[in-house]
Amino acid sequence: MSLSMQLRLQKGDFNLDVSLELPARGIIALFGPSGSGKSSLLRALAGLEPNTKGQLTVNGQCWQDQDSFMAPHKRTVGLVFQESSLFAHLDVKGNILYGRKRAGHRAQQIDLQHLLELLGIQHLLSRSVDQLSGGERQRVAIVRALAINPSLLLLDEPMTGLDQARRNELMPYLQRLHRELAIPIIYVSHDRHEVAQLAEHLVLIERGRVQAYGRMSDMYTRLSLPLAHTADAEAILDAVVDGYDAEYQLLRLKLDGGHFWLPGPQSAIGDAVRVQIWAKDVSICLDKPRQTSILNILEAQIQALMEVGCGQVLLKLQLGSQVLLARLTQKSADLLGLHAGQKVYVQVKSVALLG
Amino acid sequence: MNLSADDLNALWLTLKLAGLSTVLLLLLCTPLAWWLAHSRWRGKFLLEALIALPLVLPPTVLGFYLLLALGPQGPIGGLMQALGGPNLAFTFSGLVIGSLFYSLPFVLQPLQNTFASIGKRPMEVAATLGASKLDAFFTVILPLSRPGILSAAVLGFAHTLGEFGVVLMIGGNIPGQTQVVSIAIYEHVESLAYSQAHWLAALLLILSFVLLLSVYAVNRRWRLVSP
Repeated sequence: MSLSMQLRLQKGDFNLDVSLELPARGIIALFGPSGSGKSSLLRALAGLEPNTKGQLTVNGQCWQDQDSFMAPHKRTVGLVFQESSLFAHLDVKGNILYGRKRAGHRAQQIDLQHLLELLGIQHLLSRSVDQLSGGERQRVAIVRALAINPSLLLLDEPMTGLDQARRNELMPYLQRLHRELAIPIIYVSHDRHEVAQLAEHLVLIERGRVQAYGRMSDMYTRLSLPLAHTADAEAILDAVVDGYDAEYQLLRLKLDGGHFWLPGPQSAIGDAVRVQIWAKDVSICLDKPRQTSILNILEAQIQALMEVGCGQVLLKLQLGSQVLLARLTQKSADLLGLHAGQKVYVQVKSVALLG
Repeated sequence: MNLSADDLNALWLTLKLAGLSTVLLLLLCTPLAWWLAHSRWRGKFLLEALIALPLVLPPTVLGFYLLLALGPQGPIGGLMQALGGPNLAFTFSGLVIGSLFYSLPFVLQPLQNTFASIGKRPMEVAATLGASKLDAFFTVILPLSRPGILSAAVLGFAHTLGEFGVVLMIGGNIPGQTQVVSIAIYEHVESLAYSQAHWLAALLLILSFVLLLSVYAVNRRWRLVSP
């Protein structure tokens, strides 16, 4: 555990009180409704809220405890704000070098050229800030934050204010980050689809308190959490590419407990991918269906059932080591006599590749 | 040009007074404006109203109180005398002190507005990039405030150029020492030397117009480039 915090912050009526131990690397999504304290927590981590009480240890270094408070400019933290926060009086290069010059020899351990390539901004260096698109600005801001070789990267809804096309453009760069960086990245978002594409761990935050924390795939399918109760509830599964049917342009994915076919571009055998399966796209059969248009039929075991209102039930299904959700009507569940522990066949109508 | 030695003296004195006052005001107002722009002190409005007073007060009123304050019995003049310093009333130093009060809001307000519109975010960004507050102020806030600083400097300078009532009260009309252009013009008109008055008046008019032109031109360009 490299990031340990017990932070309290009183801001008017709002009260933040968060205790967390986070892993040393990977993207940790901070998810919650607006006003839940996500941004306040990021600001507290960066040292921008001087009234924060408690303790904070990053990578073995104490940033704050009862008797000390490290000033924000002494913390090796990269922070990317929601809206573009590039300095208008400097060009792209000037912005990137601003922090790097002040970080001293520590920054030399980061290969700037590689960083520029990673986020695809080599060609923008001499541009002035107002010549950049929204997505380019955020990429420059990310490089600027990383160029100081931070021990913690904080991204505060970097997609806000970008249209869908720009979001799709920025997403692969963000996905690359967590594969390349050996530091924890805290990613604030209120968009579950964004989180599903990026995060490994998820912190649910509400009214300034941590509601739940765990691996993302587990959190999305935990029946006790509100994430599973919405109409767009989904399961996130890890799979490996193990074949391609060129004739039908279908990708074959292997996962513990079976395999999936899904339409998509050919990709290298052995690539790890993440897929998303909506609960509403999963149906249940007691016998193995034979003549059906559905390609993906797997065997699974019902772990739990829960009524979610409006005559609907949610099923949590064990599929090998992974978990799938299915949303059915109460009537279907009763007609089939579904109960926990039962072995069933699941038909999956569609599977989305998350990259 | 039909300018007498006294006229040239008055012109030089005016420019010196305006220049010196502007520089001193910029140094004084920059920290004050930053504090006013970001302080959450509840009594801030009192100070703001006090600073804005010269905008509405007849210059003679300001000049009258300054005269009392600068005189040997006044708080400022008395202090100077006790310290063995020079007399302030009817001197160039007295004029500079008077101009500081007279032009204060013209320098302070553009700076305060600029700092307020820049907000705290750039300081926070600079902090996360390893810059201390002072470092960030000089390397981020001041460069970003360039148009506001230029406005403040030009307004302060131009306003001091036109100073009349205050100067008359505390400076008198000593050629070469305290006679500024606006008073020299008044003097020429009094003695019916209209052509000399014209020369000086036209000079002041053109100078003021060019100065304001530069402010508006820069602000327009700034608005075009800022996002």
